[in-house]
Amino acid sequence: MLKLIPLFPLVGFTINGLWYALFQSRPGAKKASAGVTGALASLAILASFVVSWMVFRSLQAMPEGSRVIEESLFSWIQVGDLNVPMTLRVDVLSTLFTMVISGVGFLIHVYSMGYMSHDETPGKFFTYLNLFCFAMLMLVMGANLPILFLGWEGVGLCSYLLIGYWYADDEKASAGKKAFIVNRVGDLGFLIGMFLIFSTFHTVDFAELRQIFSSAGEGALPAGVSVATLTAIGIFLFVGCMGKSAQVPLYVWLPDAMAGPTPVSALIHAATMVTSGIYLVARLNFIYSLSPTASLVVASVGAFTAFLAATIAITQTDIKKVLAYSTVSQLGYMFLACGVGGYVAGVFHVITHAFFKALLFLGAGSVIHGMHEEQDILKMGGLRSKMPQTFLVFLIAWLAICGLPPFSGFFSKDEILWLSFASLKGSKVLWAIGAATAIMTAFYMSRLFFLTFLGKPRTSEAEHAHESPWVMTGPLMVLAVLSALGGFMGVPAVISEALGAHDLNWLGHWLNPVVPHHVAVIEGASHSLEWALMGMSVAGALVGIFLAKGLYFDLTRAERLKARFSALHRVLTNKWYVDELYQAVLVRPIVAFSRALWRGFDAGLIDGIVNGFGRVSLWTGQAVRTIQTGSLQTYAIMALLGLLMTVGYFIYGLA
Amino acid sequence: MAWLDSHLLSSLTFFPLAWAVLGLALPSDQGGKAAKWWALVGSLVTFWLSWILYTRFQADSAQFQFGELAPWIPALGISYRLGVDGISLWLILLTTFLMPIVILGAFSAVEERVKGFFFLLLALETGMLGAFVTLDAFLFYVFWEFMLIPMYFLIGIWGGKDRIYASMKFFIYTMVGSLLMLVALFYLMNQHQVQFGEYSAAITDLYRLKLDGAGWFSVQGVLFLAFALAFAIKVPLFPLHTWLPDAHVQAPTAGSVVLAGVLLKLGGYGFIRLAFPLFPQAVAQYQQVFMILGTIAIVYGAWVAMVQPDIKKLVAYSSVSHMGYVVLGLFSLNTVGVSGSIYQMLNHGISTGALFLLVGMIYERRHTREISEFGGITKVMPLFAVSFLIITLSSIALPGTNGFVGEFLILLGTWKYQPVLAAVAGTGVIFGAVYMLWMFQRVMFGPLKNPENEKLQDLNLRELVVLLPLLVMAIVMGVRPNLFFSKMDASVAAFLERVNPQVASAQPESATTSDSETSDI
Repeated sequence: MLKLIPLFPLVGFTINGLWYALFQSRPGAKKASAGVTGALASLAILASFVVSWMVFRSLQAMPEGSRVIEESLFSWIQVGDLNVPMTLRVDVLSTLFTMVISGVGFLIHVYSMGYMSHDETPGKFFTYLNLFCFAMLMLVMGANLPILFLGWEGVGLCSYLLIGYWYADDEKASAGKKAFIVNRVGDLGFLIGMFLIFSTFHTVDFAELRQIFSSAGEGALPAGVSVATLTAIGIFLFVGCMGKSAQVPLYVWLPDAMAGPTPVSALIHAATMVTSGIYLVARLNFIYSLSPTASLVVASVGAFTAFLAATIAITQTDIKKVLAYSTVSQLGYMFLACGVGGYVAGVFHVITHAFFKALLFLGAGSVIHGMHEEQDILKMGGLRSKMPQTFLVFLIAWLAICGLPPFSGFFSKDEILWLSFASLKGSKVLWAIGAATAIMTAFYMSRLFFLTFLGKPRTSEAEHAHESPWVMTGPLMVLAVLSALGGFMGVPAVISEALGAHDLNWLGHWLNPVVPHHVAVIEGASHSLEWALMGMSVAGALVGIFLAKGLYFDLTRAERLKARFSALHRVLTNKWYVDELYQAVLVRPIVAFSRALWRGFDAGLIDGIVNGFGRVSLWTGQAVRTIQTGSLQTYAIMALLGLLMTVGYFIYGLA
Repeated sequence: MAWLDSHLLSSLTFFPLAWAVLGLALPSDQGGKAAKWWALVGSLVTFWLSWILYTRFQADSAQFQFGELAPWIPALGISYRLGVDGISLWLILLTTFLMPIVILGAFSAVEERVKGFFFLLLALETGMLGAFVTLDAFLFYVFWEFMLIPMYFLIGIWGGKDRIYASMKFFIYTMVGSLLMLVALFYLMNQHQVQFGEYSAAITDLYRLKLDGAGWFSVQGVLFLAFALAFAIKVPLFPLHTWLPDAHVQAPTAGSVVLAGVLLKLGGYGFIRLAFPLFPQAVAQYQQVFMILGTIAIVYGAWVAMVQPDIKKLVAYSSVSHMGYVVLGLFSLNTVGVSGSIYQMLNHGISTGALFLLVGMIYERRHTREISEFGGITKVMPLFAVSFLIITLSSIALPGTNGFVGEFLILLGTWKYQPVLAAVAGTGVIFGAVYMLWMFQRVMFGPLKNPENEKLQDLNLRELVVLLPLLVMAIVMGVRPNLFFSKMDASVAAFLERVNPQVASAQPESATTSDSETSDI
């Protein structure tokens, strides 16, 4: 049954792909409508969701601790001591991901039927979208690292294709290429990590790896394995995560990726693909938990990324760019959680973020659709009355990402902040960075929300904006419900106790022991401390919201502030000049050096020597020219004669 | 049929040449239509013969199969000795698989002296197949040299404007290498007389020679260098690669496809069949040197490919990079690396062959290969775009395509030998994506600015038929590589046992699947 989950989108991809390539792609050919191809693609992914749900139910029916379903398809690569079977496996961790991917994926497919209705090539769009779902599902269902990598690069390919979907625009095509190449840098790290795992443990299967660690005993190293090796494995794999999940220093592709159609930003660049890195770390938590150094790297990079991206988000005026940097920032949170040992909290935030960030992007898409492709929030305003449904769902998503109770983001973000303070691997510094980021998050999201929906329309487009059709707002409603209530799957223990319940943290129990629920905390991590921090984070969110309210209800104040800190503002709008730095330090020198190699070494030195030889034998060339009659038969006969003469010489001349 | 059964390899090898000679008698019609179809049918029959070979091949045996033996120059121990193992089998199939594609692909490219063109292609096929099936070192040399002739003329007559320079460069480079090999070969044949009392050029006889192998310039060392030079030029290994870009740019499409698809593989095959098993101690001595050269080739080829203004030259330099992987895998001397290396040879034949065909298809339409002349082609040639994309992905080793399996195994094999080298060579994974995707973007994406590109016709049915088998193979080889490895494993194990007994015995599965005796046919 497992194979049906990725099979449905693969079939959808094949049908839509062949149909498009053979019958719709010719210039001037009649294109299928977004309704028809989209319905086909949506059905495929809906079927996948239904099976995912059935698999989840059957896992629930199994006894705790042995909830896993496995299905071997065929042997993929078997050479020497390397054995990579094509095996799918769904356990308590991957079942959550399959449901999020196919569920949120389905909603976004449906939404796209409306969003892409005016597009020229919807057939191509849905082909790619289904292929993406297939690869993403393989990523989370693969039983070993190479299959995960197959999905990992597969989603990267789809990301490349969909970012550059409107390929005739060079900038968009470049953004796609940039995404692929930056990800490849990370993938080299992934490959090296995989090689290290194989040469250390002689297996690449997740279950076998986990078995090796669990049979060594709680917190003990497997025989013959050093902490240094685990640290190296952890860090190299994390380099892969830096690429895929857009962390410093490899995050630069994600903001550019907004060149793709907005549903793509929602599905790939917010809800699913970019969280693959967290999946990987959570999947291999037994490695990270034994290496304090690797964990520290993960936590620090996560915290720093969260902070840096939030600072940039504050000054962006493109609605999608704000959300893109916000995504980078939130992914940083998830790694912060994993780095301090809160793998469950990391996964929890993956899920809630998938709900509210997909909603934010799709809501933004609805706004862009209604504004006739305008993306500048400074040109919006007052959309509340023009697009009431979009406004309502966006309101919920906004409250969720700001972290106000009882919306979903509150629970997951609060869990992360608490653990970054209280975990043995946490620290006050990590918490402070996380908390400061939380304030900034509330600030920039409020800024976006106020500038877009409140106040008065600032342009005639905003004046005449229209609400999107039901096929778009419908999925928004569903996501709004999930964003509002999704947090209740992981209610923290303190609140459960305060409510007099036993323990309402369903998620933590469900994931245990594949992803350990228990996190070792510092002494003095009391309930009162947790309440206090919780209060502080809510207060921080409110501070951010009110700051934004003070500034952006009256834009002249924002202008004055901008003028006062013009240098800082310039640095932030230019994204700390990171792209420029990479261009100057890496891209240009490598290209220049390659040119020098080609002209100097290849064409200059080596060919110089060869041509020197050539000049000596120039006479040969001239001699050859005289017998070049141009008649093929002559040449062929001469070649044959030559061969016969050689043979003859050996037979009769020497024998 | 009984004769065919016992002479399958001879039939396979000489059928194309015989068919080509018969074809010379065809009447010269307008456009050479008859010659084209004649050649296509001939190559298809050859493929069918190789298919029989494939179905009858015993996968679990490391022995040479389908042996044929006839005396030729008994006084020198030279004989007509044929046989295939699980390694040459695949290279033969690669050759016979590519030839019909090449011939069909050339239907529209050649307008002058059509008959001669196809005659040479079929003669070339016999030369290549001969080199793969022979088990006599001297006969190998004869086929090795014989191949040069048709290739020289294919470039020299149907090539671009600098074809004379390119074909001479190709000829001289290859000649220099192979002459030293011939001298070394005579030494070996003579040595067999000294050690065993009679001359022999049988490869399996020569394997038994005891040669001093201590030090860089021992007997083994010097002989190894003589062979390795010939093979390294053919591969081509950095820094002996500069003939390749010129040859490719000047060669007609069919020539480029055969050159990249099969001829370069003879370099790798030469290492496997001769240089490695003949001089195992020298291989160990020079292992590090060649691993480093292979690594340099991967990175260097990718960097130089990146800045090429001509698509075909870019693909040529990408070959340098991809064949660097082959050398790296071979010299890693472990099962994973060597298997990956052989697989990479097949991959390269498929994907680079397809790339040259694709480049040829737009060249036929626009008569230029300058990247800057293109842009936005996807809009007018959607089917071409899809095909080009799939092959590009195969070339950058996306998992699910053939390229990934080869590169992954080679890097893993290298990792087992020396992690640092694997990490450096692994940057080829990044730069490979850079040069291919950058080129792809400049050719296929962006606005359709050049008015000359606006009327480009998409692929026609013949071109689709040419590309489809390659596209299918790129995916099949990525998803089901075990179909290939299962027929290769026993031979790779036997090879490693001969070359690197320590490694072979350290890996139980390879030591047990084959007996250590070499077959004498």
